[in-house]
Amino acid sequence: MEVSQYLEMFIEESKENLQACSENLLELEKNPTDLSIVNEIFRSAHTLKGMSATMGYEDLADLTHKMENVLDAIRNEKIAVTTEILDVVFVAVDHLEAMVMDIASGGDGKRDVSETVTQLNAIEKGESLAEVAATTAAPTPSKDESETSSVSKLTYDEFEWTVIDQSREQHFHAYEITVELREDCLLKAARVFMVFELLEKMGEVIKSSPSVDKLEEEQFDQHFTVAFVTHESADDVKQKVMKVSEVTNVSVQMISKNNAAPSTAATSITENAPLENNDDKTPVVAKDQAPAKQAVQAGNKTIRVNIDRLDVLMNLFEELVIDRGRLQSIAADLSHPELDETVERMTRISGDLQTIILTMRMVPVETVFNRFPKMVRQLARDLNKKINLEIIGAETELDRTVIDEIGDPLVHLIRNALDHGVERPEIRVANGKPEEGTVSLRAYHSGNHVFIELEDDGGGINKEKVLQKAISKGIITQENAAMLSDRQVFELIMSSGFSTADTISDVSGRGVGLDVVKSTIESLGGTITIDSTEGKGSLFSIQLPLTLSIISVMLVEMEKEIFAVPLSSIIETAIIRKSDILNAHNQRVIDFRGKVVPLVFLDETFEVPRDETKDDEFLSVVIVRKGEKMAALVVDSFIGQQEVVLKSLGNYLTSVFAISGATILGNGQVALIVDCNALIN
Amino acid sequence: MLTEVATKEDMKVIVFQLAGKEYVIPVHQVQSIEKIMHITRVPKTPSYVKGVLNLRGVVTPIIDLRERFGIETKVADDHSRMIMAKVGELEVGLIVDAANDVLDISPDMIEPQPDVVGSIENTFIEGVAKIDRRLLVLLNLEQVLHPVKQDV
Repeated sequence: MEVSQYLEMFIEESKENLQACSENLLELEKNPTDLSIVNEIFRSAHTLKGMSATMGYEDLADLTHKMENVLDAIRNEKIAVTTEILDVVFVAVDHLEAMVMDIASGGDGKRDVSETVTQLNAIEKGESLAEVAATTAAPTPSKDESETSSVSKLTYDEFEWTVIDQSREQHFHAYEITVELREDCLLKAARVFMVFELLEKMGEVIKSSPSVDKLEEEQFDQHFTVAFVTHESADDVKQKVMKVSEVTNVSVQMISKNNAAPSTAATSITENAPLENNDDKTPVVAKDQAPAKQAVQAGNKTIRVNIDRLDVLMNLFEELVIDRGRLQSIAADLSHPELDETVERMTRISGDLQTIILTMRMVPVETVFNRFPKMVRQLARDLNKKINLEIIGAETELDRTVIDEIGDPLVHLIRNALDHGVERPEIRVANGKPEEGTVSLRAYHSGNHVFIELEDDGGGINKEKVLQKAISKGIITQENAAMLSDRQVFELIMSSGFSTADTISDVSGRGVGLDVVKSTIESLGGTITIDSTEGKGSLFSIQLPLTLSIISVMLVEMEKEIFAVPLSSIIETAIIRKSDILNAHNQRVIDFRGKVVPLVFLDETFEVPRDETKDDEFLSVVIVRKGEKMAALVVDSFIGQQEVVLKSLGNYLTSVFAISGATILGNGQVALIVDCNALIN
Repeated sequence: MLTEVATKEDMKVIVFQLAGKEYVIPVHQVQSIEKIMHITRVPKTPSYVKGVLNLRGVVTPIIDLRERFGIETKVADDHSRMIMAKVGELEVGLIVDAANDVLDISPDMIEPQPDVVGSIENTFIEGVAKIDRRLLVLLNLEQVLHPVKQDV
């Protein structure tokens, strides 16, 4: 089979499935008794297994299979969920991720996972789990109990119970039959069909697990369960089913209602119902309903598009918009009612189209953030620390290109925060802090930038030690040291000489490889700043440009030139009198609501050619801010607010002063976007 | 570039005029030739950077080759053209007096640059070719564009 054309899709989907596994495993750790989560994980793992087997990545498929066995055992309540088991499963997921990454980078996805496989096998067999099980609160029905009594894998709704009850009244037997197929069974669906055909001759199948359509699609492992009413005895049924080839085992149990109240729990999917030994409804209900629903959504609602094609689409569309503008002016000249109407319609439709195309490139930062909870869990366990990771603003949308790049620097920073930022629990307690450290990861838009912040409530950075280290390393001189601001001192830990020292954690607690983080972020056109209070914690703030995103701007005009000022930087616009301008140290300022705000004459800053000097009594100003600081940009006139696509000036013109990019206006002309941050000192 | 020239049988080039002289650049570096459109000035850039324009959705910087070469500037007229060139990752438009010819140059017509060619910096020049009575100057676009990248 020619697989290369599917490779990209396989990798993407594998990543998604693994992500789903990780997320649900974390969830499972919080709710160890909620078997619906296990089913979710199982489903993801199963898809992954199927895909990797199809693609010919046997190692990947094998390990997934082993993991699946453990999940299956959990699902069937043969083993209980414990942190130890989850650790092993997490390691397995890590291995799988590494394999997928290897495949993505052109490898063959092979990896030595024998240790994990051994562990998984041991867990699956229940070895060494005796003591584990004893210490856990989760109820684990013993094996003989599950064989002798009627431990149901199926649950029944009210209607089904009625059927069962009625058939009993008519002296039918209601059985639950679990059929196990041989592991190497080639045509599972065919065997299922034969079993069903056989059963239908003897009686009636009320229900099956997995559902019939899933059985037909071979979406099950080696075994399936059916609820069956018949006149025949259990032994007869068993023997007849055993006649079907490739069936290795058949167990037939009487369906008993016990003390269960069938209708209550069956309706709830998310409710974490207490596990009842003989009749737990929730998980199976969830398995039957929730995954089916989700699968439909996931299958039909998204489509993968190469990002380059989107770029082409967007550029083409912009041309269309420009032509639209021309059409509009032509229609206005001709004033032909039908033409007007058509152009109007076209304008509206293309406006809607534009919005759709523009938003297609935006991806929530979630896609990066969602790998962190698992990482933090593992790191916290490795470091013996208690960490609570808060993620805020995961829905913040970023351009795809930025998303792709920002992951690694963030991993670095989070590792740093956990390793060196947050103190050990005992130290925290001694310092009067809660035992559990909090690390917050935040993302938000501000200006034509995205901010991603990582804050911890750890020990903070010791300024003095950083300074001493920097001086001893020759990064700064003694004289310079005195002149540095706090921030500048903290930023020293990101200088390249700093990070190589192996004793660094004694000094500042920070600095391992942070120079790499800094350079990566700077290569993205972003900046990183550090704020820290000793004993209270640190805040790493990354500011990133939206290389290709939509922003709201205010268009302003000077002579014939149009500039765009990002709306998010603007506080307000105002008209001031020339006589209100004050002079302070050769800097013209105005008094704006009690604050002294410096004036920036944009025409001077941008050297706008003037035919004649303007001498108006009134000036139009745009008050912009950068953090706490403000400035008033003096312009000729305001044009209005508009959503624009931010474009770079290209590789030839890099870092033009106070210009952060460009955009194309409706008339096809380019307008430059003012970088307010560069205008305010 | 020279090695490239040497290995090729015939080189297709675009011919353009600048202050009465004829220059050529390889056709594979040229994406299109456009009439002068509206150019948005970019402040605080070298004077030969005329600004940027929207070329089919891509913001493209425009360089006035006359100014780049230190030749006296002239106001754009009907013959003025912008040659949209792509060199590696750089996409720029070059304003020239006129561009109206495509020629095949065989490598043996190309001679190394003479010591002095007008007032243009020698580094910009790849060589010269004589065809009939025409003298064509082969431009090295990488050099023409390179230094600017650093200045700006």
